[in-house]
Amino acid sequence: MKRLASIAFATAIALFLQGCAGWQSALDPKGPAASELAWLIWFFTGLCAVVWVLVMIALAIPLMMRSRVRAEPLVLDAGADSRKLRVVITAVGLTAVILVGLTLLSFFANRTLAAIGSDAVLTIRVTGHQWWWEVRYEDATPSRILTTANEIHIPAGEPVRLLLTSTDVIHSFWVPSLSGKLDLIPGRMNVLDIKADKPGVYRGQCAEFCGAQHANMGTFIIAEPRAKFDAWWNDQLQPAAEPMSDEAKAGEDLFLKRPCVMCHKIGGTPAGGTVAPDLTHVASRQTLAAGTLRMSRGNLAAWIADPQGVKPGSHMPVVQLNGDELNAIVAYLEGLK
Amino acid sequence: MSQRSAVDLSGLPTFGHGPRSPTWWGTLGFMALEGTGFALAAGAYLYLATLWPNWRLSAPAPNHWPGTIVTLLLVVSLVPNHMLNRYAKQCAMGPVRIGMVVMSLLGIAPLIVRWFEFPALNIYWDTNAYGSMVWVLLGLHTTHLITDVGDTIVLTVLMFTHHGYSGRRYGDVGDNVFYWDFVVLTWIPIYLLIYWLPRLG
Amino acid sequence: MSSADLTSERDLPREREATPRGDIAPERDGPRDTGMDDASLRRWLARTWRTPPGIIGALSSVDHKVIARRYLITAFLFLCLGGLNAVAMRIQLSGPQRGLIGPDLYNQLFTMHGVTMMFLFAVPIVQATGIYLVPLMVGTRNIAFPRLNAFSYWIYVSGGLFAWISFALSMAPDVGWFAYVPLSGPEFGPGKRADVWAQMITYTEVSSLAVAVATIVTVFKQRSPGMSLDKIPLYVWALLVTSFVVVFAMPAVMVTSTFLILDRLVGTHIFNPAEGGDALLFQHLFWFFGHPEVYIIFLPATGMVSAIIPAFARRPMFGHLGLVLSLIAVGFLSFGLWVHHMFATGLPKLGASFFTASSMMIAIPNGVQIFCWLATLWDGRPVIRTPLLFVFGFFFIFVIGGLTGVMLASVPLDLQVHDTYFVVAHFHYVLIGGSVFPLLGAAYFWFPKITGRMMSERLGRWHFWLAMIGFNAAFFPMHIVGLWGMPRRVYTYPAELGWGNINLFITGGAVLFFLSFVLFAFNLVHGALKGAPAGDNPWDAGTLEWATSSPPQSYNFARIPVVTNVEPLWAERAALPVATGLRVDVRELLVSTVAEAHPDIREKSATPSIWPLLAAIAVGGTFLYSIFTPWAIVWGAAPIAITLIGWFWPKGDPEDEE
Repeated sequence: MKRLASIAFATAIALFLQGCAGWQSALDPKGPAASELAWLIWFFTGLCAVVWVLVMIALAIPLMMRSRVRAEPLVLDAGADSRKLRVVITAVGLTAVILVGLTLLSFFANRTLAAIGSDAVLTIRVTGHQWWWEVRYEDATPSRILTTANEIHIPAGEPVRLLLTSTDVIHSFWVPSLSGKLDLIPGRMNVLDIKADKPGVYRGQCAEFCGAQHANMGTFIIAEPRAKFDAWWNDQLQPAAEPMSDEAKAGEDLFLKRPCVMCHKIGGTPAGGTVAPDLTHVASRQTLAAGTLRMSRGNLAAWIADPQGVKPGSHMPVVQLNGDELNAIVAYLEGLK
Repeated sequence: MSQRSAVDLSGLPTFGHGPRSPTWWGTLGFMALEGTGFALAAGAYLYLATLWPNWRLSAPAPNHWPGTIVTLLLVVSLVPNHMLNRYAKQCAMGPVRIGMVVMSLLGIAPLIVRWFEFPALNIYWDTNAYGSMVWVLLGLHTTHLITDVGDTIVLTVLMFTHHGYSGRRYGDVGDNVFYWDFVVLTWIPIYLLIYWLPRLG
Repeated sequence: MSSADLTSERDLPREREATPRGDIAPERDGPRDTGMDDASLRRWLARTWRTPPGIIGALSSVDHKVIARRYLITAFLFLCLGGLNAVAMRIQLSGPQRGLIGPDLYNQLFTMHGVTMMFLFAVPIVQATGIYLVPLMVGTRNIAFPRLNAFSYWIYVSGGLFAWISFALSMAPDVGWFAYVPLSGPEFGPGKRADVWAQMITYTEVSSLAVAVATIVTVFKQRSPGMSLDKIPLYVWALLVTSFVVVFAMPAVMVTSTFLILDRLVGTHIFNPAEGGDALLFQHLFWFFGHPEVYIIFLPATGMVSAIIPAFARRPMFGHLGLVLSLIAVGFLSFGLWVHHMFATGLPKLGASFFTASSMMIAIPNGVQIFCWLATLWDGRPVIRTPLLFVFGFFFIFVIGGLTGVMLASVPLDLQVHDTYFVVAHFHYVLIGGSVFPLLGAAYFWFPKITGRMMSERLGRWHFWLAMIGFNAAFFPMHIVGLWGMPRRVYTYPAELGWGNINLFITGGAVLFFLSFVLFAFNLVHGALKGAPAGDNPWDAGTLEWATSSPPQSYNFARIPVVTNVEPLWAERAALPVATGLRVDVRELLVSTVAEAHPDIREKSATPSIWPLLAAIAVGGTFLYSIFTPWAIVWGAAPIAITLIGWFWPKGDPEDEE
């Protein structure tokens, strides 16, 4: 079944996503933490399966027995009972040994996981919002600090430290093919170290129920070779691209006049809102509305025209626009690569 | 199925005091669950107090005097309370009636002083979490106090009617004594938490 | 031990000699059952213990069996509603991006599913089974504090109606059954939805706590002569331990919901990190209740298994003492694991490892129980009837749930599967396998006692196989889709993730599982109307509930049985020893000593009264009003005080006066 789903998924990538969406499975590890965990999952599953089969055999024994139904319930065979006692004590002892073993195993696995981030090269602050992710790349040089949303680029093969917090409710950051999950809690800061072995796109999503659009709070980790990652960072630090066409220019004017600017920021323009995703390079992202839609002209228009239809309950309000105005704004945003 | 008579119960009494009576065990059960509630509320207070290094969150210290007076009143009330218990066991109506009246008054007295405790906290419940927790703790115990005093007054009235002349009623008096001990006992840790712990910080 | 020892002077508490001769009205004696012929005895008892006729009479009933029947039927109706919620959710999830149910309704649906199944079905139904069976099994005439018991039912019903009427008005909580702050707090939970959650908790917990206290006192003080601690049936032990867990766990959730409603209603900051509070405090408090909650549901079910297995294995339980100690150990340990629900919150690693160890440890006493049950079944060929089939189903399913529980106890592993469908699969294996399957077995087992008729064995087998297949088809694949990355509580998912087919399969299983309950309901109705007459003891089981008629009379036992063995009916096949000397013109029952169950007091049991209903209305109205204004507590105090005084004020019955 999983193979089938994998093939279907691969086809989906090829046809629709040009290979840019990521699989989201704990059993398909792409980093050291997830690999350790996948191994642990398989080990526990195997051991538990053996125990379960043994219990089922023990349950089947009396059904196979050719003996008769006991007639007199209070007349017991003392010898048989003392043999049973020995069997029960042995079984309890074995249970205890297995449990101690598993406890130690999980303790050491935890230590292995903790060691992954000890030499992290990059610190990224991820802040949960209803229902998107604010991503800020920390740097000693203030001018190199970068804020973006929903998609997290990292250098492949290098450990990265994520600082997780929230400004509203509790969320949980989970990219199963790289690592286990960790909560984003208002008033607290959690540290999650991740590492992707190879370049690729790894999907994740919020794993703590956070309200109406919990289901559509996706994120992508995009692991790239170091050089490509550095180039990306430099590109993202640039102010927004100037509109190239008249339509786009009109779109920029509209954007700045309409309530859009109350919430969104576009670097290099007066738009400076911080309660919604930074749109300076929005068109360079692969999806819209935290993984809800693929980035495309049509989807941009759909999202702006009817946010409550695309993502009911989201905090993006409907802004009244006629067809030309909508096209203009879409043309402008589409140019923000 | 057929039966054979094996035990004769006819000589048994119709009531018993203390642990012999199911009501006593019921009272104990309710004490256990209320005590758990108090312990958890106190635990929540301590949890927040250890979480924030500057606990009391720059609020002024509470004035402990009204609370101290309540504490003294409650501790003193234990003496007549236990005298009442002895009379209840003896099923002596006169002293029991006097004792119940005394205990009703000794229940009302701390409630009056309690009225002055809330302003003496020197903070409101909606100022910060410290204010919330001290109000919650004091409020919880006040509810406890009010319900028990109400119960005591009703039982006092009952003991002045003809219904009082029954073993069951004397048992109720005994359980009331038992419960009052609990009300006093729960107050001591709450008193220390509200008035003395914040002074350490 | 010979029955003569039971009343010997040396064993009686010393206080008895000091029975006071004070200012007491002399006892007015009445007719006793000593030497009375059976027909007149039954006439007297029926008149004394009956529930009065008419609607007011029915509403005044304090008969534990009447209350328990109401509880059982109500809880079953809530099960059906919660099941319909689940089917609706499964239809929405049967394919990617389905638009049948939007997020607003879906979030209410899963919240209502959770709170209904936990607070309105599982806890009430296990307690209700106890309300029915515990007094019968310990051989007494009514539960302790019968009016409190009646009150608990009315509070429970009002809590359930409150929640479901809110749902009908689209005002139901939408924050999940554990309603984490800040999502449920004043800032992010607008409207009254989270308040409905908080107050529904208060109703149901008041009700559970009342039943727990009544159950504990019944077991401690109302056991038949001779039922010393070592002769208490395992089912009664299970209910006793459960009741203790209720007493120490439920206050935690009441504290949590009270704090939440204070934050929402009067502006306290207990959970607000900006003003010195903390969001995780809510989780600690909630799970301090929430984990024991699982055992509150599971332990009574183990008691049912321990009652069913001996009857069909035809021998007393192997390792009786071990089972009792395991129950107690599980009860204690259940308070030491709550943090394993919070591994993903980023707690210090050392602390988390401690909770891994404690969570693993609870598997040991549970293992002891399972091995003892298996060892009991090994003695000869068991008689396979529907109740035992469901016990086999319990083993099959619950062991999987227990083993995935061991996986969840491991901190690193939990970080991958926490809050995914793997966890959804796990707790349905534990709760349905560990509690619902034994409950279904118990339904077939005790139905003849409650109704006097048998349920159909043939339909029972169909029901069993349909439930087994439906359950496993619905829930086993959830383990897999959880590992594939599907989080719980999502109202939809993108097609690209490839979860569509497996979810369609799950939905099919869920529908089958729902149909198995339709078949069960049919079998219940069919059995009650047309089932073969059962007789007193259709399974030839050994505990006291089978010593009386089916259904039992209002007074349970014409004469109080005397217990000489843990399976008294097997030990005394010739003639059951009984006690005599109780009055028959008033509701008199026997109070015995806690450890040895020596006869101690002839206690009067409360008569029917309408006041518990009125008190429940006053209390329920106050809770309801309090979601709108804190002054409700002030306004509600007067009616509550009046109804409680009405309840406790003596009305001149002999039951009140002596």
